[in-house]
Amino acid sequence: MIPAVVVLAAIAAVAGALLGYAAVRFRVEGDPVVDQIESLLPQTQCGQCGYPGCRPYAEAIARGEADINRCVPGGEHTIRALADLLGREPKPLDPEVGEEKAPAVAVIDEELCIGCTKCIQACPVDAIVGAAKQMHTVIAEECTGCELCVPVCPVDCIHMEPVPVDLETWRWPYPGAAEAHA
Amino acid sequence: MSARIHPFHGGLVLDGRKALSTRTPPAPVPLPERLVVPLHQHIGAAAEPVVEPGQRVLKGEPIARAAGYVSAAVHAPASGTVVAVEAHPVPHPSGLSAPCVVIEPDGEERWHEGCRGTADWQALAPEALRARVRAAGIVGMGGAGFPTHVKLNPGPGRAIHTLVVNGAECEPYITCDDMLMRTRPQAVLEGARIMQRILGARRVLVGIEEDKPEALAALREAAGGAPDLEVRAVPVRYPSGGERQLIHLLTGLEVPSEGLPADIGVVCQNVGTAAAVRDAVVEGKPLVSRIVTVTGGGVAGPRNLEVPVGTPFSHVIAHAGGYTDEAARLIVGGPMMGFAVRSDAVPVTKTVNCLLVAAREEVEPARDPRPCVRCGACAEVCPARLLPQQLYWYARAKDFDRVQDYKLFDCIECGCCALVCPSQLPLVDYYRYAKSEIWALERERERAERARRRHEAHVARLERERAEREARSRARRRRATDREARQAAVAEALERARARRTVQAEGGHAEGDGAEDA
Ligand code: SF4
Ligand code: SF4
Repeated sequence: MIPAVVVLAAIAAVAGALLGYAAVRFRVEGDPVVDQIESLLPQTQCGQCGYPGCRPYAEAIARGEADINRCVPGGEHTIRALADLLGREPKPLDPEVGEEKAPAVAVIDEELCIGCTKCIQACPVDAIVGAAKQMHTVIAEECTGCELCVPVCPVDCIHMEPVPVDLETWRWPYPGAAEAHA
Repeated sequence: MSARIHPFHGGLVLDGRKALSTRTPPAPVPLPERLVVPLHQHIGAAAEPVVEPGQRVLKGEPIARAAGYVSAAVHAPASGTVVAVEAHPVPHPSGLSAPCVVIEPDGEERWHEGCRGTADWQALAPEALRARVRAAGIVGMGGAGFPTHVKLNPGPGRAIHTLVVNGAECEPYITCDDMLMRTRPQAVLEGARIMQRILGARRVLVGIEEDKPEALAALREAAGGAPDLEVRAVPVRYPSGGERQLIHLLTGLEVPSEGLPADIGVVCQNVGTAAAVRDAVVEGKPLVSRIVTVTGGGVAGPRNLEVPVGTPFSHVIAHAGGYTDEAARLIVGGPMMGFAVRSDAVPVTKTVNCLLVAAREEVEPARDPRPCVRCGACAEVCPARLLPQQLYWYARAKDFDRVQDYKLFDCIECGCCALVCPSQLPLVDYYRYAKSEIWALERERERAERARRRHEAHVARLERERAEREARSRARRRRATDREARQAAVAEALERARARRTVQAEGGHAEGDGAEDA
């Protein structure tokens, strides 16, 4: 009888130690809910949601402070995905933050650029190259279309251009939509 | 031959309308004034142009090189002058333009000297043969356009026992494979043998629908009873020419869901591709022309034509007697899997097998969709054993996770389900929509991931720069303090010196004035 109690106690102690070790050894860095939410956001870092980037918005959603329908570039699909993840009802994009628009990239008019580097400082993904007093260009591949560089240019030489659709990125229309438009 | 045929699930017997275009053997069309050769005629990355406007090119000369492994080179379909490298409308359901090399043929048809073949290909190693196939820019000619050298390289872990050669040509109206097999059976089989050698396959199985007796006879005669090459008739049942369906018919093997034929030791190639492989290896000719079926009630003289890649549809149709008054719609491919184009100015590519000019009564009447009645007819005919009504339901609801749970990507878009649907639902349109949305989301996710990493790097850079700035200003401050300290020390020293002098002066006074006054 007594040996059984001892064995059980020993097992309990070992298991406890293992759990304790596992908790330390496999501790998740950061907050998993925030990570999951962030992974659904488009990483445009535009701040249109009212937070200074995708991660802060994800944190605000996780805290229950922000609603799930504030990401303009993510649009309908992101709202759906967030609703799915958090077990909520999808809802339309909050009109307060703006309207869904076609993807675009920033283009710098290199004739007008004075090389002030303000746009380089504003770009959240370092997609603008150029040195002081030299004209700058946008790496279109890396531009997220956040538009943060547009207002900071003192000579208004940055504008947004829609990303052209090519054979790779073309999508079949939602059936019936074509007729409805025709 | 009494080899057993293993029927596949579902499918439909359709009105073939093949006799329309099989009266005469394929004749070459004369060169058009301009060839517009797209750089992206295959699955994978678009080829990169290696010519410039003004440059003279010979027939078969490379004009664009493959951009990576899953890509295909493009060659000049005629000798002449490159007049432009620019975007032109291409045959694609989007109607979009894409980069093309525009060539004005000089009519001399002089071949590039790089084009040399060998009849003694048996002496070449499989890798050398595969390299020739790759250099010739050959892609699957049955429609999809997957680069052939990639399919002929299943990788070390996958031993291939059977090469299936697809001569089923199950889609109504299309007869280009039939005419090729009738007129060049030796070329098809020699190409098959070359691919067999590349793959190290034990046997070759050629599958042909039994409504093509001439093709069957021609290939059987050419095969001459070889023990490791069988030509088999398969029943007329659409879509017998689907890769998975034909493999099942001939071998009884099932390609796993989301897997490849190579996973079960089989590679499937179209008869047109086989002939192109033969022409590349034996004659050194890259893929610069193909047989195209021009047919339908909307064209005056339906037939097959040998067409240089880059020839505008309008030129091809003109050489099939031109349009009739009945012409209503221009379709690339067949009525089941093809797509309509709005303009006939687009060029023939390596994968354009058929131009169907549908007459008014051949055009499918506009659908009048009603709600799904859950009759199950679609599931009965689906050759991929899917549940089309479920796919439809989730695609319509834009539930892209669930639609994939129902194996959307196993759908071959054969159109059987939509054809039998009593509610006239445009089912395949929904599947195509869902597939392209899922691919777009996949690209979005990749972009987002890249942006996230770049943003992190950006934040880290700002952090680093801030730290550097601080370090610098700290250093400046330190230097400033040092300077102050130094100045203070100097001042102190001066002070001390002055003090000393004062003391000395006073002392000197006491000891003798002379020195101080001097
Ligand atoms: S189109 Fe797709 S779902 Fe419909 S029958 Fe064909 S394979 Fe099945
Ligand atoms: S055939 Fe049409 S109506 Fe019948 S179950 Fe399928 S989708 Fe629904």
